[in-house]
Amino acid sequence: MSAWIRMLGERFLNFVRYAGGVSVLFARTIFWVFVPPLKGRQVLDQMVRIGVDSLPIVFLTSLFTGMVLALQSAYQMQKMEAKLYIASLVALSITRELGPVLTALVVAGRVGASIAAELGTMKVTEQIDALETLATNPIKYLVVPRFIALFFMLPLLTIYADIVGIFGGYMIGVWRLNILSNLYWDMTWSPLHIKDIVTGIIKAFAFGVIICIVACYEGMRVEGGAEGVGAATTKAVVIAFILIIAADCLFTALFYFGFSF
Amino acid sequence: MIELINVSKAFEDHVVLDNMNLTIQDGETIVIIGRSGIGKSVTLKHIIGLMKPDSGQVIVDGLDITRLDAKGLNQLRTKFGMLFQGAALFDSLNVRDNVAFNLIEHSKMDDKAIDKRVAECLELVGLRGIELLSPAELSGGMRKRVGLARAICMNPKIILYDEPTTGVDPIMADAVNDLIKDLQAKLKTTAVAVTHDMTSAYKIADRIAMLYKGKIVEIGTPDEIKNTKSPIVRQFITGAAIGPITEDS
Repeated sequence: MSAWIRMLGERFLNFVRYAGGVSVLFARTIFWVFVPPLKGRQVLDQMVRIGVDSLPIVFLTSLFTGMVLALQSAYQMQKMEAKLYIASLVALSITRELGPVLTALVVAGRVGASIAAELGTMKVTEQIDALETLATNPIKYLVVPRFIALFFMLPLLTIYADIVGIFGGYMIGVWRLNILSNLYWDMTWSPLHIKDIVTGIIKAFAFGVIICIVACYEGMRVEGGAEGVGAATTKAVVIAFILIIAADCLFTALFYFGFSF
Repeated sequence: MIELINVSKAFEDHVVLDNMNLTIQDGETIVIIGRSGIGKSVTLKHIIGLMKPDSGQVIVDGLDITRLDAKGLNQLRTKFGMLFQGAALFDSLNVRDNVAFNLIEHSKMDDKAIDKRVAECLELVGLRGIELLSPAELSGGMRKRVGLARAICMNPKIILYDEPTTGVDPIMADAVNDLIKDLQAKLKTTAVAVTHDMTSAYKIADRIAMLYKGKIVEIGTPDEIKNTKSPIVRQFITGAAIGPITEDS
């Protein structure tokens, strides 16, 4: 019994330590974002690596999601002679939920893993220590450009994913289920309000922060060589996934109950 | 002058430095020797403020660096250059940007002046025309030299060497030793090196200090160390498998 309580206590302490570490890194990152000079070139490089280079994978994921969503809903809707509503269902599901969440998960897998591995390798090869000996703050130099890039690129990728996902639904609805093209577009736009898109984008900002801070935190505290880098990379992705889903749940509840969205 | 006064450091239950005292005079080259994992690199990291002691003081030119804030510490670090064990070159930057890192980040020099300074530093370490290569394209010895060029780029007052000859072949190790001696002669800096390579220690040191069980157990000129009567130091410098060090562990 006492061993069980000790284990529970240790786990709780580890959780508190982890949450504390992540929060401190987040606060320091926000501080350094506003300390000039901002390295525009580095931010731009990260925006290309994080945003532009993610376009193909986000395109494929969103396109197939839109298509699958249209097909799955057609299965039910056709029985009720209501297949026209497939367009609305796809549009709302993609913009409110699947666009931001799937894009965040894809970016967490692709970019979060890469950030954790890169920073972890820098840590074990003493490059982060070297930065400090060269009178350069590692958070300012390494975390801030990635933070700004993710903060702005994830919402942009989400808008891109929304458009591609809706187009995926259109492909199935119009080309396979023979819904008239103009009717499909009407049924896509008519239930869609600006708040549907905005709630998705607000989530994307938060997901961007989660992916960056978790990946940088994991990367910068790596110990133990290649094995440590591997473990940190896995942890960065797994924890980001869990936090993204949890934050999604929180935001959805907040928008639903708090702001009647 | 650098002074470590009663410095203690432990990682969880493992005590690495235990009330350690060491004074390093301006302009001298001191080599700290000791077994792997004994706390040599930890000592260097305390001197440059990468680690804070659990207790004790680290005084550099009259300033207790354990009490400095981040800004003060960064100002102090501009006096230092450090060569890391694996050189710690930034993979994402080419040789030119690695060597010029400090100048790019902390000076207002134009590109032309930076290029000139980089070429000078590379020349000092016996390299030229490699500015556009990436660290991945360099051999182990070249990486050390580029790391050294980066360390001396801002004309530091103090240079720290973490295992300068580890990971390079014996001929390159001797070349690195010569390079360190040449730089000392030309730049008149204070140097602190940690190593377990006794050939290197004898060659570059003005004084050698032996770190054992968290303390400096002996300090002296290379000749004094060679003729030591301490069985601990004797076992280490002769590389004997049997003796007080191995019996204790």
